[in-house]
Amino acid sequence: MIKLRKKVYMTAGYNTISLGTGRREFHPKKPRPGIEHYIKEAGQGTLNQIGGAKNVDEGAIGNFMAPRFNRQGNLPGFIPMIDEELQWKPCTSTEGACGSGALALMSGIKSVLAETADVVLTVGVEVQNTMKAIYVADVLAGAGWYQKRKNGHAYFFPGQFSDRAGAYYEKYGMEYTRKGFCRWFVNAIENARLCPTAQEYENKVADLEALYNKMKPNGKAFVDNLTVFDCSKVSDAASAIAIVSEEGLKRIGIPKEEAVEIVGWGQIERNVTYDPPDLTELTAIKKAAKAALESANITIHDLATIETHDCFSIAGILATEAFGFAEPGKGAQFVADGNTARDGKIPMNTTGGLIGWGHPTGGTGVHQAVTIWEQLTDKAGKAQIEIPKDRPYGMTVNMGGDDVTVVAIIYKRG
Amino acid sequence: MNYEERLKNVTVLGAAGKMGSGILLLTAVEMADISLKPENRTKTYVLNAMDVSHEGLAGLLKYLKVQVLKIAEKKTVLLRKIYADRTDLIENKDIIDQYVFDVINIVRPVTKLEATYDSNLIFEAVSENKDLKVKLLSQIDSNNPNDPWYFTNTSSVPINVVEKEAGLEGRILGFHFYNPPAIQKLVELIVTDKTKKEVVEFAKTYAKNLRKIIVPSNDFAGFIGNGHFMRDALHAITEAEALAKDMPFVEAVYMVNKVAQEFLVRPMGIFQLIDYVGIDVVQFIMKVMNPFVKDEELHSSLLDKMIELGVKGGQKSNGSQKDGFLKYEKGQPVAIFDPDKKEYIPISEFKDKCDKKLGPIPEPKLSWKSIIRRPDKDVLLKDFFKTMKTMKTFGAELAVKYGKRSNEIGKKLVADNVANNENDVNTVMLTGFFHAYGPVNTFFD
Repeated sequence: MIKLRKKVYMTAGYNTISLGTGRREFHPKKPRPGIEHYIKEAGQGTLNQIGGAKNVDEGAIGNFMAPRFNRQGNLPGFIPMIDEELQWKPCTSTEGACGSGALALMSGIKSVLAETADVVLTVGVEVQNTMKAIYVADVLAGAGWYQKRKNGHAYFFPGQFSDRAGAYYEKYGMEYTRKGFCRWFVNAIENARLCPTAQEYENKVADLEALYNKMKPNGKAFVDNLTVFDCSKVSDAASAIAIVSEEGLKRIGIPKEEAVEIVGWGQIERNVTYDPPDLTELTAIKKAAKAALESANITIHDLATIETHDCFSIAGILATEAFGFAEPGKGAQFVADGNTARDGKIPMNTTGGLIGWGHPTGGTGVHQAVTIWEQLTDKAGKAQIEIPKDRPYGMTVNMGGDDVTVVAIIYKRG
Repeated sequence: MNYEERLKNVTVLGAAGKMGSGILLLTAVEMADISLKPENRTKTYVLNAMDVSHEGLAGLLKYLKVQVLKIAEKKTVLLRKIYADRTDLIENKDIIDQYVFDVINIVRPVTKLEATYDSNLIFEAVSENKDLKVKLLSQIDSNNPNDPWYFTNTSSVPINVVEKEAGLEGRILGFHFYNPPAIQKLVELIVTDKTKKEVVEFAKTYAKNLRKIIVPSNDFAGFIGNGHFMRDALHAITEAEALAKDMPFVEAVYMVNKVAQEFLVRPMGIFQLIDYVGIDVVQFIMKVMNPFVKDEELHSSLLDKMIELGVKGGQKSNGSQKDGFLKYEKGQPVAIFDPDKKEYIPISEFKDKCDKKLGPIPEPKLSWKSIIRRPDKDVLLKDFFKTMKTMKTFGAELAVKYGKRSNEIGKKLVADNVANNENDVNTVMLTGFFHAYGPVNTFFD
């Protein structure tokens, strides 16, 4: 990759709560805030930290399926709704399934690099509780190839990743693998309990391991190789962050220490009409992480924390292998041994990730960036982990579809 | 005629009623599932939803649409397999909508009895009026060339009486669902001396496919469920009337109701249950049963008085509770009816006084909700009632007396040969009435 000709920073992150089952505020039969509410709350949350909308040059919004979940298209038009002073400014929206959020981040990063903007307000949003889970599954199936929908599972994506889990069980053993899954789940909930905006923040189950192990995969009711505890939930949420140049930082009056520097990325696209080359490998994630680390000229051992796309526990396990922390087949062990826990070798998903914090599909990429920004700038509150001085880096990995649209970004403490 | 052939043409009589609509729903789904098997795709399945009320039938179709949709949403994984060959149905929504249509497409709402003359199976769920049942079934039977089988949902009329008077020898049995049929797991199965074996076999398969639990009951008016409930209700009424000699009537009702729910750990208070079933229905069932019971009088002048005053309980068409002995707001009792003053007195006016008189609930406290799903509930209940027996409070004594009476009723049902054994009595109360424990127990000895 060409060396960056300009420094790019992110700062002033903001998350709404992740609303859905598990949150006290959630009641399936009561009216809930619409997509407008989330965009506005997250956007204003960032604007309040950067001296207001007058400082913004451009807006970008990541979203997956508002046209179906909310019967709403033309999302760039909602950015001026956040604040009157955004009216008439250039805005864009990005869609790449659950990787939409990171595409919005990339849009902002590229605008700053192109020197067409010094401050980009970036929002990621999805409001999915507008329908029952069985219909949500239809909408999310749009992240795969529609030609394959007919033969897919009722719960299409859980079905895809159930097949990955099944392939992994077959190669390395089911009981062994599910130990890793179980630990991944426990870590996710425990981390979410430290983050007030997380969907599982109020999860009070005393023995999470027992809860996880009590439920066995049942293909008649759900999918063959996963249970609901292996899956992220249906979430409504938005996140926002400002992407700025050095000049932009001065304009908004934020010191570098309160920002993270973007030092590299890898953006990878896999042909959505192809089946994955290997069910037990996240090939696109592997390539994206490698490209990101190389562009930043660091190795995985320089990373203090990672936010990875654990839409399913198996995706978390496979990611540890794709990043190079574990050999193929050893990811489940790596996780089961606690290496990805908040006090482990490489803490992952420190506010719960997709399984614990929530998975507002098109918003997740931005949420991951906000979490890394919080951790590297000491703003993560009770969820704060220790960032070693010699490892000032963090990474986000956002995935759309089954390892199709992938962006990995490397952040450095400012 | 095998099981599937028998279900090719079916009628539910009284299909728009509370019980009939549930039976119709379950049967429509079972028939649709059969019709969707590859070997049956070219056959036509007919389910007559027979009722005299056009309004009722319109409401029935709305109910069906909502309920079948829920069922389809729950079994979409299976439905995707069933419709695998339909290339035009791709998303879950396509498949669910098709299934809802396929189920409802079997149903023929009808108001004329002629429609039933082609049926092989007749479910009878009209009102608890023996003469009406006999009249309808005999008219169908004399016009229907198929020698159809009759499943009656009566909760009180002896089956052999209907069998004999309608001339249905061997082709009728009691198939008594509990309310609401779509949810309650229990079915009481009642055969006569003459009921043919193949009718019983069919009934068992049908119940199994509907995922119902069958408890056999012998053919005595009221069977097991109402045999217990009616006597249990009479005990409560008698207790309340006795208490009312020393205190206002509404306070007596409040206390007996509370004892049944909180001291006896039942899902609801006894007067609330009477309201739920309907004071008129309870009165009616007692009236139907009474001629068939020997050494006791199943009758309550208090119920008669309530009906005379127009206080009936039961449910509105949207399922919410109508006012009866108790007045309800958002499903919760807020006042109690005083038949002398002819008005509801707010519970808040006497609650504290009554609670004090009853005394505390034994510690550690148990509630129906807190224990119903616990596997160790019998152990918890045993300790709870053991403590209760040592307490000399007004409430504890009422409760122990009540528990003993319930036990006695349960044992009498076996002694009178209504139930084959104590276990069947307990199963009925556990699954049909959602009690946390069966009436035949040793808790109150």
